[in-house]
Amino acid sequence: MDISRDRLLWAYERMCLIREFEDRLHADFAAGKIPGFVHLYAGEEAVATGFCAHLRDDDFLTSTHRGHGHCIAKGVDLRAMMAEIYGKATGACKGKGGSMHIADVDKGMLGANGIVGGGPPLACGAGLSAKIKGTDQVTVCFFGDGASNQGTTFEGLNLAGVWKLPVIFVCENNGYAETTSPRYSVSGQDIAARARGFGMPSIAIDGLDFFAVYEAAGEAVARARRGEGPTFIEAQTYRYYGHFEGDTIKYRDREEEAHYKSLDCIGRFRTTVIEQELLSQAELDAIAARAREAVADAVRFADASPLPGADDLLTDVYVSYPERELWPFQEVRA
Amino acid sequence: MTVMVEEAVRTLSYREAINEALRLEMRRDPSVILMGEDVTGASQSDDEAHLDAWGGVLGVTKGLVHEFGRQRVRDTPITESGFMGAGVGAAATGLRPVVELMFIGFMGVCLDQIVNQAAKMRYMFGGKAKIPLTVRTMIGAGFRAAAQHSDSIYSTFVHFPGLKVLAPATPADAKGLLAAAIRDDDPVIFCENKVLYDTKGPVPEGEYVIPLGKADVKRAGDDVTIVAISRMVLHALEAAEQLASQGVSAEVVDLRSLAPLDEETVLASIRKTGRLVVVDEDNPRCSVAGDIATLAATQALDYLNAPVKLVTAPHTPVPFSPALEDLYVPSPARIIAAAQATLG
Repeated sequence: MDISRDRLLWAYERMCLIREFEDRLHADFAAGKIPGFVHLYAGEEAVATGFCAHLRDDDFLTSTHRGHGHCIAKGVDLRAMMAEIYGKATGACKGKGGSMHIADVDKGMLGANGIVGGGPPLACGAGLSAKIKGTDQVTVCFFGDGASNQGTTFEGLNLAGVWKLPVIFVCENNGYAETTSPRYSVSGQDIAARARGFGMPSIAIDGLDFFAVYEAAGEAVARARRGEGPTFIEAQTYRYYGHFEGDTIKYRDREEEAHYKSLDCIGRFRTTVIEQELLSQAELDAIAARAREAVADAVRFADASPLPGADDLLTDVYVSYPERELWPFQEVRA
Repeated sequence: MTVMVEEAVRTLSYREAINEALRLEMRRDPSVILMGEDVTGASQSDDEAHLDAWGGVLGVTKGLVHEFGRQRVRDTPITESGFMGAGVGAAATGLRPVVELMFIGFMGVCLDQIVNQAAKMRYMFGGKAKIPLTVRTMIGAGFRAAAQHSDSIYSTFVHFPGLKVLAPATPADAKGLLAAAIRDDDPVIFCENKVLYDTKGPVPEGEYVIPLGKADVKRAGDDVTIVAISRMVLHALEAAEQLASQGVSAEVVDLRSLAPLDEETVLASIRKTGRLVVVDEDNPRCSVAGDIATLAATQALDYLNAPVKLVTAPHTPVPFSPALEDLYVPSPARIIAAAQATLG
């Protein structure tokens, strides 16, 4: 495996941050601290991390409703993310987006997305920008097994193929679209095979194996940077928590959950790097401890942050617009 | 601010005026690109004879590929969600795309990308994104094109926060407003009435930009205000001419910009005339016509000497048969009758 020690340290740190962030949200949601819909990425850390390990700040991501992992792997600020999820004015989106819409355009993170299949057309647009400007920026488009059935996904694959766009389509097949297994919802069963019909390389990989993801992602990103067009990768992974927080998960067996947790991507990473003497246990433990502290710090920041106020309600709809028309025909306002 | 350089007035068609605005904006700013179905035609062929085979289904974008090339003038597959979303993504990442949605009735096959992505991104992201996207789309009945190719359902887009919506009636307004739409940093839906493509009018040469959100009084009058949109401005002017011969002085206000809405110009006219007729080719429920009536009721009721009269299409799809379609579109005769009714 051709991966530097620095990258390994970075990857372990990112995976620990994601896991810690999601586990903490799971607990805090149950305690009633978090408003709204929250979809957690725990279990899938190797996918976001394995791809983002190859990306620069000026590369782009499109994401999903389960976007926290993508954000953390792309380098979005942890405090701003947590404050956003708490609905605070200091959030990444000033509290206007919440968990499902965290974005950081300056980091190339074009937004978590509440619409299943919303991302692939947008990813094509980011790819088109790079192509027209003549840069070697790439776009990674994450979506799930549910979105693999959406028409927008097929339209995006077709457009990326026709225009040879520098886009990597990553289907995170975590076994469930909300409650529904692809065994029921995916005709033909083979998601990766579908993309081959669009004339692009496409493979299925073990998404619980960081090194498998890292290797496949590296090839796809390099191919896109060389201007050779899109690649499709189905990363087979597993979602530890429910579709959203509050989901009682009555649609799958505990034995299945135990099986996948025995293949945990972070545990396997640790085992591999220790056995191959790439990193030491002490280094790994120190990273995990720092991740715990970073998430605790983000929670403290979010807790202490102010809520947005009435002045914020009408801002950021447009770059320019007459404010009186944002609440028209009436005198009495909130 | 209206910018006019070389103020020599010559006559262009509405189609030519739109083409000129696209050409000038693409010259001015290399980040402006144009894409849509058959905006050139025959992209499978590199043969010069096939290049620009259509130049748009009604020839509006003819010639642009010759000047700007296929990198910036792109035919798309017939996948409206795919290319509309690509326009949104390109706008979010530094281009200034003009995306052609051939007919407004096709909004249904890409509405999510317009409404949930383009229109909401800036707000959802706390103001940290801008989406300088222009969607050009055709409206208008009269081509015997039946229900899915003839709608004027721009009020649908007016309903969604985050979008701006324009509907020019004249060649000059088409040029000036399209330039403004392309330069604007928000997503703009630019509605071209296909029945107007061959209409001609004076159009300023060179750079010509009309600010968004400004209505235009196309004819001044004292007795009744007729607010109209797109092709209905022409019908309102025809009605006003006939009303004049009956001794009625009608003021015709062309909204031009549906979002933002120029409330002041409309209200000032109502305060002057005391009577209001609203003419709209869109279906009447939840419509811009209804908004203008709401504006009058909430902010100018004391000035009204008669109930507001609406003259709109019926609440039906656009019919195919010429006999029915001609009844569907608001006519000058209906506008005259409505104006007379406000005068008692």
